Amino acid sequence: MDIVTRGFVGRRSGGDPRIPPGQYLERDFPVLSAGPTPVVRREDWTLRVEGVDGSSGILSWADLHRLPVEDVRTDIHCVTKWSKLDTSWRGVDVEAVLAAAGVGTQGATHVLVHAHGGYTTNLPLADLRGGRAWIATEYEGASLAPEHGGPARLLVPHLYFWKSAKWVSGLQLLAQDRPGFWEQLGYHEYGDPWREQRYVGD
Amino acid sequence: MTVAWSSPPLPMPWYRARVEDAWLETRTARTVVLDVPGWPGHHAGQHVDVRLTADDGYTATRTYSVASAPEAGRLVLTVQLVTEGEVSPWLVGEAREGDELEVRGPIGGWFRWDEQMPEPVLLVAGGSGVVPLMAMVRHRSRVGAVQPFHLVYSARTPDHVIYTNELFALARTSPGLRVDRLYTRGGLPDDAREPGRLRPQDLPAVDAFPAPPVVYVCGPSGFVEAAGGILIDQGHDSGAIRTERFGPSS
Ligand SMILES: Cc1cc2nc3c(=O)[nH]c(=O)nc-3n(C[C@H](O)[C@H](O)[C@H](O)COP(=O)(O)OP(=O)(O)OC[C@H]3O[C@@H](n4cnc5c(N)ncnc54)[C@H](O)[C@@H]3O)c2cc1C
Repeated sequence: MDIVTRGFVGRRSGGDPRIPPGQYLERDFPVLSAGPTPVVRREDWTLRVEGVDGSSGILSWADLHRLPVEDVRTDIHCVTKWSKLDTSWRGVDVEAVLAAAGVGTQGATHVLVHAHGGYTTNLPLADLRGGRAWIATEYEGASLAPEHGGPARLLVPHLYFWKSAKWVSGLQLLAQDRPGFWEQLGYHEYGDPWREQRYVGD
Repeated sequence: MTVAWSSPPLPMPWYRARVEDAWLETRTARTVVLDVPGWPGHHAGQHVDVRLTADDGYTATRTYSVASAPEAGRLVLTVQLVTEGEVSPWLVGEAREGDELEVRGPIGGWFRWDEQMPEPVLLVAGGSGVVPLMAMVRHRSRVGAVQPFHLVYSARTPDHVIYTNELFALARTSPGLRVDRLYTRGGLPDDAREPGRLRPQDLPAVDAFPAPPVVYVCGPSGFVEAAGGILIDQGHDSGAIRTERFGPSS
């Protein structure tokens, strides 16, 4: 559109190529959530994996910590426009979690991720595999704070951050895509920050 | 609840907006009235993306809640200055009648209220977090809804209260609307409450209402965290509490 906003110059934070279109660099770590922060104790935390055929496996906090842990250094992008560069996390590769739960992925194309508090988000199964997604339990060298999703959140940094469900409690494998919480409320079903897929239809 | 996707939906368009009027609410917060031809209207509590374009085509986009009651073709925002910020200094210090920008939306299907919702409503605002809650208060008055509304509004000092006169007037003229103000840094000489951050006794318990209320909490992240914890201790169901957070995790 041929619009010029009189008197607006802008800050132009140097055009770092790691910042996707429409995003700005943030040094703080803002919080986004639909409701109050749930109190989830480690002893009570579980992750339920459910297969397309209804089979399921449950991992406890101790089960999760028996799996190999990885250090992840990554940029993150929130749909509310901020991006944060070089954040560091520790977590377990989702691939390893799926294997440990003993649930087959045959017939599954998508996953509905569940969280304590009732939040859900959907994404293709392929995006959780191949070393691109983790169940994260530490952020910047410390246990993950409750407001950032502690004790454990999903980390899928190549998609907008609402896909990285906080207080993750389940991975439900699906034979067919199904929209999650924000996705039913007008947010994009995939959420690629590099294609600015913020809202439905983007 | 499941929703099936049919044909691919169309992207939301950007609307051209013209500043129609603007005034200071406090020394650092300004209300900006936008004339937006084609704007379909919104639900109270929703927000929009605002895009500013420099003369060489550089753009910056930020999100702002709509302060006005739903209305086609017109939007009111209220913006708190973030001194080192990119977009808010223009909206607070520079925008004047006739200036052009773009908006996109409405966005946000969860943090919203309409008169079809039968429950009483508790609104908890920290600082500029009052903006989307004000849209709800204004909408309730405009449509003459009768659900009890209780707004608890925390600001630094009386000078930091946005919409102060309108809230005073509405609380006197709208039956069922109660407005409590509290101050974190310094209050009025005859205040019964010591200034300070939110305390349990500042928020009504669930049984203070004729039926469990829907609760909307909006403000800086630390404020929303504190309010959420207190509300749950006061018996409110976590599923009845809807939150929106502005700004950094302070
Ligand atoms: C859903 C939603 C609704 C919003 N509604 C409103 C609204 O109605 N009114 C309103 O004024 N703002 C609102 N905001 C905040 C707004 O989107 C911007 O973040 C804010 O105006 C700052 O933008 P900026 O470009 O001026 O500063 P930026 O250039 O984005 O920020 C500069 C620096 O200031 C810090 N910062 C950002 N926000 C704050 C803050 N509030 N206080 C202190 N430091 C800060 C950041 O950490 C950043 O590093 C809303 C945000 C969201 C997500």
